[in-house]
Amino acid sequence: MNSAMDFLLWTKGPMFDIAMVIFAVGLLARLVEIFMLGRATNYAEPRATEWLPGFRTVLTRSVPDPGTFQRAPFNVLVGWIWHIGFLVALLLFVPHVELVKGVLGISWPALPNPVVDVFTAVTLFSLVATLVHRLTHPVKRHISTVEDYLVWTVVFLVVLTGYLAYHRLVNPYPLALGMHILCAEIFLIILPFTKLTHIFTTFIARWYNGAAFGRKGVQS
Amino acid sequence: MSELTLERGLAAFRAEIDAPIAAFFSSCVHCGICAQSCPFYLETGDPKYTPVLKLEPLRRVWEAEFTLWGRIKRILGLEQKVTDAMLAEWEELLYDSCSMCGRCSMVCPVGNDLAYMIRKTREGMVQSGHAPEGLINASIRAITTGSPMGLQWKTLAVQIKHVESSSGLVVPVDKVGAEYLVLLSSMEVINFPEYLEAITRIFDHAGVTWTLSTQCFEATNAGIQIGNKDIAAQLVERVVAAAEALQVPKVISPECGHAFTAIRWEGPNLIGRRYPFRVFHIVEVLEELRASGRLKTEGKETDRLSMHDPCNLARKSGVIQPQRNLMDLVAENFVDLDEHGKYQWCCGAGGGVSSNERAEPLKMAAFKRKKAQIEKVEPERMVTMCATCRTQLEEGLETFNMDIPVVGLTEMIADHLVEKTPAKDDTRA
Repeated sequence: MNSAMDFLLWTKGPMFDIAMVIFAVGLLARLVEIFMLGRATNYAEPRATEWLPGFRTVLTRSVPDPGTFQRAPFNVLVGWIWHIGFLVALLLFVPHVELVKGVLGISWPALPNPVVDVFTAVTLFSLVATLVHRLTHPVKRHISTVEDYLVWTVVFLVVLTGYLAYHRLVNPYPLALGMHILCAEIFLIILPFTKLTHIFTTFIARWYNGAAFGRKGVQS
Repeated sequence: MSELTLERGLAAFRAEIDAPIAAFFSSCVHCGICAQSCPFYLETGDPKYTPVLKLEPLRRVWEAEFTLWGRIKRILGLEQKVTDAMLAEWEELLYDSCSMCGRCSMVCPVGNDLAYMIRKTREGMVQSGHAPEGLINASIRAITTGSPMGLQWKTLAVQIKHVESSSGLVVPVDKVGAEYLVLLSSMEVINFPEYLEAITRIFDHAGVTWTLSTQCFEATNAGIQIGNKDIAAQLVERVVAAAEALQVPKVISPECGHAFTAIRWEGPNLIGRRYPFRVFHIVEVLEELRASGRLKTEGKETDRLSMHDPCNLARKSGVIQPQRNLMDLVAENFVDLDEHGKYQWCCGAGGGVSSNERAEPLKMAAFKRKKAQIEKVEPERMVTMCATCRTQLEEGLETFNMDIPVVGLTEMIADHLVEKTPAKDDTRA
């Protein structure tokens, strides 16, 4: 029990600081790496400005065009479900809201625990579904790398350990909670160095895409 | 030319990497949805044709040299190197199985503009000596003769004579101070000479002053298709020089999608300055004439017509409504394909695929997507506005024994012109 409590305190103390520093420095480095490269001046006469079409694509690209949805319904639906479930559990679970309040000083209303619980369970199921899809769909299997499976494992473990801790399925509780926090910290540490960067860079990518097409008179 | 090497290829990849590319590679989650937008994957079922995978050489250079973690991996000896053998393998993926249609750029959920990256990756392929023979030859012919097909002015001069005798009109050549400089594509001159006659009649009808230039008549740019900035810039400079010599304020790109994106969007960036003239696709010019009441037509086509939007014109240049307005002018039974406009499907021949003889089987495979679209709508004829698309549609429909003629929109408009030179009022009450 004592060592479990020590473990929990370690994850909440020094390890938390280490993870936050690596996350912040790593992410900042990636953003600097992107923006430092810049873009060449575009001399072609534009049909429209870039800003608005860019921001529009940032929003609209979350929803596929009807044809793409018909061709890849599983990809789209399961992708949506687990992203929403993950975000609900991350942002609307009472202890998480409290954590953000403690660190950043800002807070927002949380959802009742049983509701978050349902979202979490659905997220776990859909994450398993994405793994099965990755292992069986010819395209996904072909393009998948070790990193894809590593990132899946970390994301899955973050949600799974949270679920186990909430339901007291692992004893002692400090060990369960410590494992969840450690997994979340690993998630933060690998984020800037793996495809998890898309959490932030997707919006940059979408903007560039929308801007380039928008300039030519097409809303992408 | 000095020797093409892996080192030069890697240097070219490096030089092409910019902020959008870094953002794109940072964002790819390997979801594979781009494959669902690619006719080459969909019609072959081979996952190696997944668009994002075609960019692997460029991605490796980006990771190893433009990211912190990549540099750490390099020091640890974990770098995934780009080798000559890899580039040799990727040549087929970057050229034969990609028409740069840009459909993947429209559907990627994280917003990656894959076609933009393919274009840039080809620069490294050329420098490393891994471009297809067909495109190399087209580029050499373009530089040495002015035409990717080796067509010379004297061939065009013969056609001009034919046009003049059949239309009774004069085809203006080297006329200083005309409003428009008209460019052509060799494919058009050889396969579809009716285009030249059509614009001659339309411009006479609408009272437009225009000219061809003996200095430069070719609008296509083999340098862009193969991915070589130097060649591409040289070809653009020829157009600019011709336009400047004739002091025209406007240049018209022909019924060719690629030529339009080349001269309209890439051209100024290749030469590093703005043009002293504006560039239009012929369809934009016709639409402007229609909207201002200068196109007076009579009668309409009565058979069931559908339309193929060239990728370069619609998705990649935003010309989508004009061709439909023009169809309405001369056709009463026009029906769009299901996915059209910015979501249209490529004919399979663009981006240099049609100049790359080796890619013929893949080109025909990709066409099956278009074929399925056409079968669903069951038109009696197809209309398009790109010589490459038109050739591909004709060949493809022929291959699959589908008796559906393909016509160019400009000719169809010319066929309906009111015979006599009209007064200046608008007949479309």
